[in-house]
Amino acid sequence: MSIWEYANPVKFMRASGAILPWAVAGAVACTLGGVAWGFLTPDDYRQGATVKIVFLHVPAAMMAINIWVMMLAASLIWLIRRHHVSALAARAAAPIGAVMTLIALATGAIWGQPMWGTWWEWDPRLTSFLILFLFYAGYIALWSAIEDPDSAADLTGVLCLVGSVFALLSRYAVLFWNQGLHQGASLSVAPGERMSAVYRYPLYLSMLGFLLLFLALLLIRTRTEIRRRRLAALIARETRP
Amino acid sequence: MLPLLRRDLTLATRAGGGFGLAVAFFLILCALVPFGVGPDSAALRPIAPGILWLGALLACLLSLDRIFALDHEDGSLDLLATAPIPLEGVVAVKALAHWLTTGLPLVAAAPLFGLLLQLPAAATPWLLASLVIGTPALSMLGAFGAAITVGLRRGGLLLSLLVLPLYVPTLIFGTEAIRRGLEGGSPATPLLFLGGISAAVVALVPFAAAAALRVNLR
Amino acid sequence: MSLLAVEDLAVARGGLRAVEGVSFVLEAGRALILRGPNGIGKTTLLRTVAGLQPPVAGRIIMDDDAVAYAAHADGLKHALGVAENLAFWARIFDGGSGDGGDGVGAVGRALAAMDLMALADRPAAALSAGQKRRLGLARLLVTGRPLWVLDEPTVSLDAASVARFGAAIRAHLAAGGSALMATHIDLGLAEARDLDLTPFRARPGRSHRPAGFNEAFA
Repeated sequence: MSIWEYANPVKFMRASGAILPWAVAGAVACTLGGVAWGFLTPDDYRQGATVKIVFLHVPAAMMAINIWVMMLAASLIWLIRRHHVSALAARAAAPIGAVMTLIALATGAIWGQPMWGTWWEWDPRLTSFLILFLFYAGYIALWSAIEDPDSAADLTGVLCLVGSVFALLSRYAVLFWNQGLHQGASLSVAPGERMSAVYRYPLYLSMLGFLLLFLALLLIRTRTEIRRRRLAALIARETRP
Repeated sequence: MLPLLRRDLTLATRAGGGFGLAVAFFLILCALVPFGVGPDSAALRPIAPGILWLGALLACLLSLDRIFALDHEDGSLDLLATAPIPLEGVVAVKALAHWLTTGLPLVAAAPLFGLLLQLPAAATPWLLASLVIGTPALSMLGAFGAAITVGLRRGGLLLSLLVLPLYVPTLIFGTEAIRRGLEGGSPATPLLFLGGISAAVVALVPFAAAAALRVNLR
Repeated sequence: MSLLAVEDLAVARGGLRAVEGVSFVLEAGRALILRGPNGIGKTTLLRTVAGLQPPVAGRIIMDDDAVAYAAHADGLKHALGVAENLAFWARIFDGGSGDGGDGVGAVGRALAAMDLMALADRPAAALSAGQKRRLGLARLLVTGRPLWVLDEPTVSLDAASVARFGAAIRAHLAAGGSALMATHIDLGLAEARDLDLTPFRARPGRSHRPAGFNEAFA
């Protein structure tokens, strides 16, 4: 049995219905656990208590990018293999990604105020996330503007492809434009730059929590989309000439 | 494809074609900026390159929905799709016509409007170079946005929302070239990046735009 | 010799198959008139044959660049003159009947055939609905394409123009062309055969290859 079997709406509904409670439970446990554990960690010697927002900021930022990558993959699957559930999953993921981007921007501003003395700085990372949010906004607006679901799926798929290239291009253009004051990657494989383990493990838990949170929300939203399409299909069948 | 280019240029220059509107908009924008930031030339001079680029970009944006919408309304697009020209070629020619009727006049007007904004004379060559290299990408990306929104009744605002984020790299490298030219740095690097983006966009985006058009013609 | 062969064709509108299992062969010199109630899918089938949308299933066998398509919209530019409009399409379709590619001969013949000679220099904006329709049909003559795909070609034509158009089709068929059309008016073509689409109306239900979201989730 191949993984493409789950592209069948009926099979997807059955499988996702079975996974959903576990995903929700895992998301709640890991997110709350990770954040709570994070708040019990000692203060950083330089950044003080403000560092604790990292347990929301970094997972949200990570998901903001990963969700776009997931949308790109789903769009490619739709454009190449024409699996309808894939297109609906991409549509369902976009608002989650936009909210994650907003969370990353908002927590970054709240963290930046005490650290840098400003709510907003045109730093490359901040700017790139703002641009990413604009891409999410355009993608969501296009989905909701087109009535015919088949055209909407195809056009948003093409937009996602082109948008991905330009989101990446913008990232490098912005680096060229301004070098910025954001700290380096929070999690790095290079030795000596790593976060202390005290912070790292709660962060891992929180990241897992956000991943599960995305999975749970994605399943709920995709199931809603499928039901909505099913309703539209039944109406279309009844009202055809 | 040449007849199509000739027809689009004729239509743009005849009555109702909207030729010159973009330049007029550009002029108004440049005239309004000093009212917003004050008449002090010390305040205007540093922001002049950015204002000129933004003005060109917004003026270009205004005329984008005409690229395909009119041909879609009167059925020409259906007929062009069945003509012996590939749809990618139609997209490329229409973007070229848009550039010739909108982008090129903007480039020509920019040094003049630069005077209004106290742009130093030393920056004018870099302004011209960056606009000449960058505006074809604006037209081509605009054609992509127009192709996506061609079937929508009120696509104008959506078109801006889709196209403006795509303009970010072009805008960054375009203004950066002028700024570096002014500060005595090396404007060659951003100009090369700008040329690279324009070349890649002109070569690749017609395929994406033609795919979007095919979806909208169904 | 057959210009068009359709095998087991299914076409979709609004994400649902409209007709399915349609097969026919159209020989040179013959015409086929699609019949059926409103909404059965005549326009969709014609657009699919013209290559404007992909078939859901089945095959359409014909030469590349064989189709000249004419539908409700005539693809006219109001800012251009009557002859200019026609000359543009003649150049796009490469002149038609071998007059060195400039299309002038073909344009003149087409204008004469549709009785538009007296209006040749008028702007298209000044034409009446029926005259625009005649100009839209004159375009078929300058394409030089053998297979005419016509969707309600006689809309807004008066009796004399219908007769003139009937004569143009007859001349096209006599010259080895063929025509596939949807029309409610009897053009009096002896060469034409009717195809009623009613028996091919698609049965609702799931299929192995859904035509769109509305079938995939039904």
